[in-house]
Formats: sequence, structure tokens, C-alpha cells
Amino acid sequence: MTIDWPRLIDLLAQHVQLSFAALGLALLIALPLAIWSVRNRTVASITLGFASLVQTIPALALLALFFPLLLALSTLFGDAISPLGFLPSLLALTLYALLPILRNAVTGLRSVEPAMVEAADGVGMTSLQKLWLVEAPLASTTIMAGVRTAAVWTIGAATLSTTVGQPSLGDLIFAGLQTQNWSLVLEGCLAAAGLAIAVDLLLGLIESGIAHRRHARIWGAGVALALGLALALWPSPQSDKPVVTIGAKRFSEQYILARLIGRRLEAAGYDVRYREGLGSAVVYRALASDEVQVYVDYAGTIWTNEMQRQDPEPRAAMIAEIARWAKAQHGVQLVGPLGFENTYAFAVRPDDATRLNLKSLDDVVRVAPDFVFGTDVEFLERPEWQMVQKAYPLRFKGRRAFEPTFMYRALSLGEADIISAFSSDGRIAANGFVILKDPKGAVPSYDAILLASRSAAADPRLIAALEPLVGAIPVEKMRQANYRVDRDANKQSPADSAAWLDTAISTKTKGKNR
Amino acid sequence: MATSSPPSRPESARGPAVAFEGVSKAYGGTIAIDRVRADILPGTFVAIVGSSGSGKSTLLKTVNRLIEPDSGAVRIDGQDVADQEPHALRRSIGYVFQNIGLLPHMTVAQNIGIGSRLATRRQLPVERVGDLLDLVDLPRAFASRLPEQLSGGQQQRVGVARALAGEPGLMLMDEPFGALDPVTREALGEQYRALHDRLGLTTIMVTHDMAEALLFADRIWVMAAGRIVADARPAQLIAGGCGPEAEALVAVPRLQAERITAMRDGV
Repeated sequence: MTIDWPRLIDLLAQHVQLSFAALGLALLIALPLAIWSVRNRTVASITLGFASLVQTIPALALLALFFPLLLALSTLFGDAISPLGFLPSLLALTLYALLPILRNAVTGLRSVEPAMVEAADGVGMTSLQKLWLVEAPLASTTIMAGVRTAAVWTIGAATLSTTVGQPSLGDLIFAGLQTQNWSLVLEGCLAAAGLAIAVDLLLGLIESGIAHRRHARIWGAGVALALGLALALWPSPQSDKPVVTIGAKRFSEQYILARLIGRRLEAAGYDVRYREGLGSAVVYRALASDEVQVYVDYAGTIWTNEMQRQDPEPRAAMIAEIARWAKAQHGVQLVGPLGFENTYAFAVRPDDATRLNLKSLDDVVRVAPDFVFGTDVEFLERPEWQMVQKAYPLRFKGRRAFEPTFMYRALSLGEADIISAFSSDGRIAANGFVILKDPKGAVPSYDAILLASRSAAADPRLIAALEPLVGAIPVEKMRQANYRVDRDANKQSPADSAAWLDTAISTKTKGKNR
Repeated sequence: MATSSPPSRPESARGPAVAFEGVSKAYGGTIAIDRVRADILPGTFVAIVGSSGSGKSTLLKTVNRLIEPDSGAVRIDGQDVADQEPHALRRSIGYVFQNIGLLPHMTVAQNIGIGSRLATRRQLPVERVGDLLDLVDLPRAFASRLPEQLSGGQQQRVGVARALAGEPGLMLMDEPFGALDPVTREALGEQYRALHDRLGLTTIMVTHDMAEALLFADRIWVMAAGRIVADARPAQLIAGGCGPEAEALVAVPRLQAERITAMRDGV
């Protein structure tokens, strides 16, 4: 596969900016805290306890936890605080980097020999002079070891900031995981690992420079680090074209649709950026705050998650209601439905369907105690599952959550007996899975809808470039496009699949027009 | 130590007088020093001896306020040490202790010049460092070495040079040669006594070596349970009559000397 160098370099630069900022902030916080902790036992137990506690929270959860917190703050302080992107990533990574720096600094400062302290006092040092001339230099190698650990952790964990909408090398990893594009995953991992190793080596040089009093070594490595940061901060060449940022959630269809929109906008003379791998909850927020200008969501998702509605509504009425609500609340324009639906569809293996005579969810109630329910990672927490449970008394033998890709595989391998599949997914037909009917209409409609942010809505040329996509994508075409990315053999990249889809729907519309 | 002219200290200078005025210090319920009253005349070399835990180090450290007494006062030339900021006070007093405490990340010259750097933010001139190294009988080339490259005796010579760099009148020495081998200890002790005389210092030295105290000091204070139980010249101590604690301490070197003499005569 070919490497998209400009994108890789851009993500690397963003990754460097984020992790260096977090590391710098952590140093600014941890070092004074360490000094205070060494002088006061109570402070030491509080700071070290807090830093250890933070460390027990998985990095992904820590990132996610900042979202509601900052969301609350942003309602208080307005647009200055963004709950997405750089700020939550910076805060979470800073907290994460605190422990190794703090712990090593405290250990280093405490291990300064009493004779050194006595000598420093004896020659008449003030406590500040003692810190600067004796304690800090003697503890510096231990402190540097902590900084190195923190640097490696931070660079590694920064890949997770993709999930809260901060571009990083994690974009490559998450996109690769979702589309099973292992070389893309490898590209992201290698770049992050290479960065971590390079920074660790340079910090190691500084550490040994301090230990052996080689000032040239300290300065050389310091300058190299500063140079790396300067390169990362170097503004990318400003394009004279207007820039549009397109968002995408974390599955193949979203990657493909983002690229399809991108193709259309590029053809209309826009410069396009992608913010991919965003969580469901995050992506609409990003649009509402105009950090993302265009993306595709699904009517039912907005209905239940954003509007907190659980009442079923006919499709057309639901879409009209969403359009009215989004405009009023966030100035978001619903450009229109794309023409296909991607709803939760309950799928079983064909042999089970025949053997047990399964046709609808009502039939599943009967066999549920023998069935393992496979879902994507968020389904069981979503209101749709509550709605389904209300309509059908399903009591499964067990439940297992998978990344979407592995969910289909789990069903074919018998790891799960029924899954909450996505109706536009090409792997349903490819595996011959049987979709069960929902006679009680428990699952709301999930028409794919094209949304444009406040600023995009104000640009008639942009809206005009998007409008041909409305009603243009039949579900069969979407399934084929998805399958091109999701199939095991002869996989295509989302961009290639988008190119195919673009041609496929263009010829069709042209044919219609004639 | 070397016989070249002493660094810029006037010939006539004399170290200050030191007075302890009812100085007490307790740690929890344990009394370390108990209402100590004593006077030191300018230019005197006082050795404080006593068993472990008798309070001799604690008493010494009340002078440069490494330990703050619970009550009483220490005066240097009549001025209460508590009137000065601790770091300013300490810069005017030489301090040498058993663990030496040379800063490992600084050269010998930087260690010697640390006081100057603290007070004036300036390095000590090379010439002055050289003079101080002469004074403690170390080659001038040692200036650029790191402490780890020096033997224990050489390190303590640097320690003495560092203490002398600020031209103090008063030197506090807390078992300064205690960790050195006997030959080095003897040589350093003798050389320091010569420096004390030549620079006109007042010296207070804590030691557990009675022979060292008898040979080098002008006066010896014997401490027991936080009090000075005897204050006498070496000759008076050897003559006896200074109390049981003093007798017990003097008995050791006396007995050793007698046995060595007996062995020599026996051959």
C-alpha cells in the first residue's frame, strides 16, 4: 500500500504538539508539587495518592470523562472552552504524565544524602539556594528518568485522543482497525513508536549529560527536542482555497461517506480536512461547535441520543422534526437524507433461522435463553436497546460486546448466536445472515442524513455541492461500497471505495436525468 | 600545613569570644543539653569530649543555629546568634563535620568557592582557591578535580579549605577527622592546630578521641548528660581531680601510653 505522506506528517506534527504540551504542563505542575511534597508529608500522601489514582483510570476513560466536565464548563463560560479536541486531550494526558514525574522527583529529592543537606546548611545556603544548587542537581538523574517514562506514556496514550476529536497518529490506528487495514494500523503504530523512541533517546542523552556533567550533550539533545517541536509548530502552507473539515464516526461506512463528501467538495474547489474516528456522542458536538462542518449521521441516533426522544415517529415526520430542532438549537442544517437507512438489524445464522424457524424478534424470545447476544461496544447502553427490551422480553444466555468488524465474525464462528448488525453492512448478505423482522417497530428509523454546521450552512456554494448527494445513495450501493472495505480478500481503502461509489451513483443519476 | 603567608587575614586578628548562656535543648522527653553556661576567650581552641549522647554535637550546633535551643542564648562577641538570619550567620562561621559533605557535582574549586558564590554570586578567584589549597597542603592542580577523585583525607582537607574560604574568625568542627585513618587524622590534626594559631582563630571541636583533645586543644570541656562536668586545660585533666567522667576519659589514652611504654621497655 502507498503511504499518504502529507497526512502522516500532519498527524505526526499534531501528535508532537499535543504530547509535548501535555508533558510540559505536567512538568510545570509536578515539579513544584514534588518540592512541596518533600517538605510536607501530608502533601506528599495527597499528591502521590491522587496521581496514583489517576493512573488506575484507563486512558481512554480519562479522555472520555473530560467530555461531560468540559461540556458543563463550556455552558458556563461559552465558546472559550471546547469539550472536544485539544483541550480534553491535553488535560487527560497531563494528568496521566503526572505520576511518573512526581514520584521520581519526590524519590530523587528525598534520597539526597543528609551530609549534603548539612553541608549546604553549614555553608549558609538559603532553602532556595539549597534546592537549586544541591537538591535539584543531585536528584536530576532520577527526575529525568521519570520524565522519560512520562514522555513514552504520553506519546503512546496520545493516540487515544482521536476518540475525542483531536487529530493524532491514532487516526491511522483507529481507521485501520475499523476497516481491518493492518498496514494503516502498523503505519500509525510505527510512527508513534518511532516518535516515542526518538524522544526517549534525546531525553536519555540529557539524563546522561547531567549525570556525567557533559554540558554539550545536554544542550545538543535539548536543541534537537526544541527543533522537533518547532517543526511540529511550523504552520502548514496556507491554502488559498476555503477549508472544510469533514467528520466521521468509527466504522467503514462513515469513512467511505466522508471521502465521498470530500471528493465532491474538492471538485467544487474546497480544501478538505478529515476528522475521523470520532465517537457517536462526540461527532455531533463537534458539528454543533463548528469544529466539523459536514458529516453524515443517522436520524434515530440524533432522535434518541441528542434529542432524548423515545417515542416512535414516522420517518418523514422524524426527519422534519430533527431538521427543525438542529437548526433551532445549534444552527445546524439538515441538508437531506442520502437515500438509504442504516438501522440496527438483528441477524442470525441461516442454519439457525431454518432449524429454529426464526423470522422475527418475537420468535427470538422463545430461544433467547440458549442464545448469546453479540453487540457492538455501545449498543447495550443505547436507548434503542431499552426500546427493544420494552417491546420484546428478551432474556439472553449471555452478552458479548465486539468492535463491529469482529461482531460479524463472531456470529459466523458461533461465538455469538444473534447480533445487532447494521442494515447497510455488506457483510450481512455476504455471509448469508438472516435479518429478523421487527413487527412492533421498536427500533426507530435510521435514515442516513447529511448535516452541515452553522458556518457551512451559510455557504450556498458548499450546500449546492452537497445537495446532489441527497437521495442519491440506494442501500444496495452502500452495502457494496461497505463490503469493498470490509471484505477479507482484495480489500479497498475507504477512499478507493468512495471513488467507486461516486462513479456508481453519478452514472445512475445521470441515467435518471436522461 | 603550608607556611606561605596566610590569606588576607590581618596578623593581629583574633577569633571572637563565644558565650553559652543557659542553653537547653530537649527532644521529646530526652534532655540533650541542660542549661549549659560556659565562656570561650578569643583565640582559644576548645575541645568538647564526652561519651555518645552526652550532648556535645548538639551544643556545638547551637552556635551556627543548625540546632535552635529551647531556651538560653549563644553569643558571639556579645551578639546573640538568634539576631541574625541563619544563612547569614553561617556564612561567617567555618563549619567542618565528619561526613565532609563535599558536593559531588562540583569541582574542588567550586566546592571551596561555594560560600563566595552564595554571598556575592561570584566565583572565587583562581588565585584565592590556590592559596586555600596551599593552606591545607593540597596541590593547586586539585582545583579542577571532582570530590570522588580524592581520598578521604584529601576530601576533608578540601572541607577545611571550604570552611576557611570565607575568612571566618570562628571554626566549628564536629568530629572532623573521625572517619579518617589514624595516621591521616594525626597529621591533619596537627596541621589544623598550626593553622588555628597562625590565622588567630577561635575553634570549637567536638571529638570522641581524648588523645586528640589533649594534644591539640587549649581547653577541654567534658560533657555528661547534657552538662559540662569539667572545664580544664589538658595538663590539669591529666593531673586528675576533675571528676569521675573526666578521669574515665583520660584513663584510656593514659593506660594505652603506659602499656606501649611497658612493651618498649620489655623488649
